[in-house]
Amino acid sequence: MLQIEDLHVQIDGHAILNGVNLNVAAGEVHAIMGPNGSGKSTLAQVIAGRDDYEIVSGSMTFHGQDLIVMAPEERARAGLFLGFQYPTEIPGVNNTYLLKAALNAQRAARGESEVDAFEFMKIIKEQSELMQIPKEFLTRGVNEGFSGGEKKRNEILQMLVLQPTLAVLDETDSGLDVDALKVVAAGMNSLRSPDRAMILVTHYERLLELVVPDFVHVLSEGRIAKSGDSSLARELDERGYNWVRAEENRA
Amino acid sequence: MTTTPDSVSELIEKKYQHGFVTDIEQDIVPPGLDEDVVRLISRKKGEPEFLTEWRLKAYRHWLTMTEPKWAHVRYNPIDYQSISYYAAPKNMDDAPKSLDEVDPKLLETYDKLGIPLHERARLAGVAVDAVFDSVSVATTFKKKLADAGVIFCPFSEAVREHPELIQQYLGTVVPQRDNFFAALNSAVFSDGSFVYIPKGVRCPMELSTYFRINAANTGQFERTLIIAEAGSHVSYLEGCTAPMRDENQLHAAVVELVALEDAEIKYSTVQNWYPGDENGVGGIYNFVTKRGDCRGANSKISWTQVETGSAITWKYPSCILRGENSVGEFYSVAVANNYQQADTGTKMIHIGRNTRSTIISKGISAGHAQNSYRGLVRIMPSAHGARNYTQCDSLLIGDESGAHTFPYVEVRDRSAHVEHEATTSKISEDQLFYCRQRGLSEEDAVNLIVNGFCREVFKQLPMEFAVEAQNLLNVSLEGAVG
Repeated sequence: MLQIEDLHVQIDGHAILNGVNLNVAAGEVHAIMGPNGSGKSTLAQVIAGRDDYEIVSGSMTFHGQDLIVMAPEERARAGLFLGFQYPTEIPGVNNTYLLKAALNAQRAARGESEVDAFEFMKIIKEQSELMQIPKEFLTRGVNEGFSGGEKKRNEILQMLVLQPTLAVLDETDSGLDVDALKVVAAGMNSLRSPDRAMILVTHYERLLELVVPDFVHVLSEGRIAKSGDSSLARELDERGYNWVRAEENRA
Repeated sequence: MTTTPDSVSELIEKKYQHGFVTDIEQDIVPPGLDEDVVRLISRKKGEPEFLTEWRLKAYRHWLTMTEPKWAHVRYNPIDYQSISYYAAPKNMDDAPKSLDEVDPKLLETYDKLGIPLHERARLAGVAVDAVFDSVSVATTFKKKLADAGVIFCPFSEAVREHPELIQQYLGTVVPQRDNFFAALNSAVFSDGSFVYIPKGVRCPMELSTYFRINAANTGQFERTLIIAEAGSHVSYLEGCTAPMRDENQLHAAVVELVALEDAEIKYSTVQNWYPGDENGVGGIYNFVTKRGDCRGANSKISWTQVETGSAITWKYPSCILRGENSVGEFYSVAVANNYQQADTGTKMIHIGRNTRSTIISKGISAGHAQNSYRGLVRIMPSAHGARNYTQCDSLLIGDESGAHTFPYVEVRDRSAHVEHEATTSKISEDQLFYCRQRGLSEEDAVNLIVNGFCREVFKQLPMEFAVEAQNLLNVSLEGAVG
């Protein structure tokens, strides 16, 4: 589904990603872990098409299409979703209105008609209950005055409504208390299916106990230094990241 | 997001959706202004003596005045002797006979704005007889209004039918000598609307200039007077979201509102006159004086405006809060794109005790436009317990537009509460990227963010007007993505 080969990325002349290789197939959940500044968020933003970054070399394809030449909205319409680490506030824009506009833009791109108002409200009701988002949040401005945890639950709500084939979730778990983490994890698990995939960018192993990944990658100094199964996450939790770096340096 | 040359040129290329149509005028007075022209206008309209004298008094005072220069706008000097001050209603023979003869581009804009079919014909200047059904619609409304005792007619008709009301109220809110443009208007005003709501009557419908079909060619020096007797209520809608055909560059309108005890007037405007081309050539100069007088206790006057057109806007709808506990409100969205210049705001003059005013102003600047908020809040010594809340927000799109705020506050009573909040922001790259990541195009994302920015004002508009206003904003900012 997503293929990244030897991706080199820089911002203002500083190299951030130094040859990332990643293959994500349908049905898989990948976790990307790593210390601060290792390039995790950059990777998530670059996949989604943020153009502050300069792609120096390498390739990215999504369902066989060249991602690099696609505008962010084209990537979104092709089924790619980014759960933001810091969701932005858009004052005055009704939360539900944005969701409906987004869903209809994506449907239009697939040649489908606009979502029926009744059907849409049903979807919203069902998914916001799962995310334990109170009704009044739906009519407030997008992320306006939301707490950190509310913003993250709102991101997952958007994901569940839009039903992407690939969701890249950038530190959705950070800043959540235990209860909120469970809610968010339940949302993520409900999207898991043989034809969808997920990339979880995270610092903490505790999310990965609730959403068990098929693969865990350690990003270090802009490249994937080590990959393994979910047991790697536990090992990282116990031992930290330094041994991965040391191991890589020896190699 | 970086500003690419492409998007800048797109912005610059954004055009007004229709050009001017020059018709051959009939019965037109040669350019120039003197006492004879003022008398001629008054005679042609069959006005009573007092009004002729009133006009002349205004004209004589106007001669002693100079054009105001304090607004943050620049334009070439206006030659007042090169303007023709009277034209009889146009010969409709040259007008398009049906929508088939109208510029398809214009029709496309109407479509984008969601203008109902029967309105499009009138807006496009199709000969009135060809506008299907509009006469019977207007007649139905007239009957309903007459049953309620409401007078809603062209100003010139009111002069003939209700001279005593005109004599009693005309110039009592905006005196002839008020300012240069008001004096000019008082001398040469063409026509406009007159509204009278009797005591205790709640006007049974929103009054829209759309239904005033018989006042053609009155845009240049429009004069409007609305009187709400004690305990009455009226909502008046002026203008239209669709681009209007007009050949006159200088517009100097005067609007006077009088609200007596417990009366309420809600006045909503959507202004979309020709803004000039992408290089700032042409466009309407809109110098307007609008003022409401809350004359009675507990009265309320509320101005809501959506200003997207005109090359130059000079406009400060104001409230004189004379009656105790009276309330003034001003809600404004002003959009300036390309080389448009807007200097707009309000004046809230607190005279009565416990008077309250609210000012919410949203300015949007794109292209090379300059957009200024200019507002005065004056609390007189008699206005014990007065309160004002002012909020001015400016939104910048692109790197070459300007937003300015000129708040004037004069407080002469210690018990007054005056609050002022102002913000200036740009559409952030984070907001744009967020929306685009959810699948919206860049243009839709800008529209969404801008409409969110204006929401507090739009929700003051009557429902169907609010939807049109949103669409209008989208069309006005088409291509304005940086």
